[in-house]
Amino acid sequence: MNDRFNLYSLASPASFYPFAGKMVPYFVALSVVFGLAGLWLGMLVAPTDFQQGEGYRIIFIHVPASWLSMFIYLVMAFWAAIGLAFNTRLSGMMSQALAPTGALMAFLSLWTGALWGKPMWGAWWVWDARLTSELILLFLYIGYMALTAAIDDARRADKAGGLLLLVGVVNVPVIYFSVKWWNTLHQGSSVNLTQSSMAQTMLWGMLLMALCFWMYAIAVSLVRVRTLILERERHTDWVKAALMEDSREKSGGDNK
Amino acid sequence: MTYWNSFSDFLAMGGYGFYVWGSFGVTVLIMAVEPMLVIRQRNATISRLKRQLRADQRAESQVAS
Repeated sequence: MNDRFNLYSLASPASFYPFAGKMVPYFVALSVVFGLAGLWLGMLVAPTDFQQGEGYRIIFIHVPASWLSMFIYLVMAFWAAIGLAFNTRLSGMMSQALAPTGALMAFLSLWTGALWGKPMWGAWWVWDARLTSELILLFLYIGYMALTAAIDDARRADKAGGLLLLVGVVNVPVIYFSVKWWNTLHQGSSVNLTQSSMAQTMLWGMLLMALCFWMYAIAVSLVRVRTLILERERHTDWVKAALMEDSREKSGGDNK
Repeated sequence: MTYWNSFSDFLAMGGYGFYVWGSFGVTVLIMAVEPMLVIRQRNATISRLKRQLRADQRAESQVAS
């Protein structure tokens, strides 16, 4: 053993648990800072859109929520692949901790999309390729959560859920490229690596909001994964010790 | 250096107030409720595990004595 910081050591729940706990406040703080900056730029500074008027401001949550709904799914599928390949304990917990936040992001994407579609297209919903594939993503999240919740044995639940995640991952590029592959009512992407069709303040407002959502998702998922670790590792000595420690802190000076 | 002339302008969102605030409102609601649920679940899990641990320890000490 050496004292050098070892990234691989974080793969063990016993060392990841305290590390995750220390990181949570930083991600909360970053989320708040990015969120305030993004809202200030997007809602107070950015000019109006010449086609969509002020209605376009929905973009500042619609795009971050949509990006994150896809990205969280990819991260879950990544952990599923690691878990199935190497049989690591933490991987399944990571996927499970991310799923509810991913589902909420997919829901927000559809919800804000409906509220944007109504005034711009005249319809809350259309069976367009982009919208339909995003709806499928929401169902994949719900299906994953239902499947893992229905299997009592945690490791088997991880395996079955991981398989579902890996099969469903084909949907993510379909969502992303749907506006290119098909003739859709949904507008094409406004952000491009080489050239962006948006004003600078709009673009920065949107990117800051995306960072805010991202940090939020990490913070919430880290708290969730810590709970899962306690639950699943409850028979280990370190969890028992941590629980006892917690009791002693709570009872304070009572036991003198 | 804000874009808006008045607060009521800001609220009206050029006639899109319902759609814009409907989007932001639900987002804020979700981002407030989800962390609360996650923290509550965490506290519930910790107290349940502690109860189980204490029960196990009592059972063990009874067997030992």
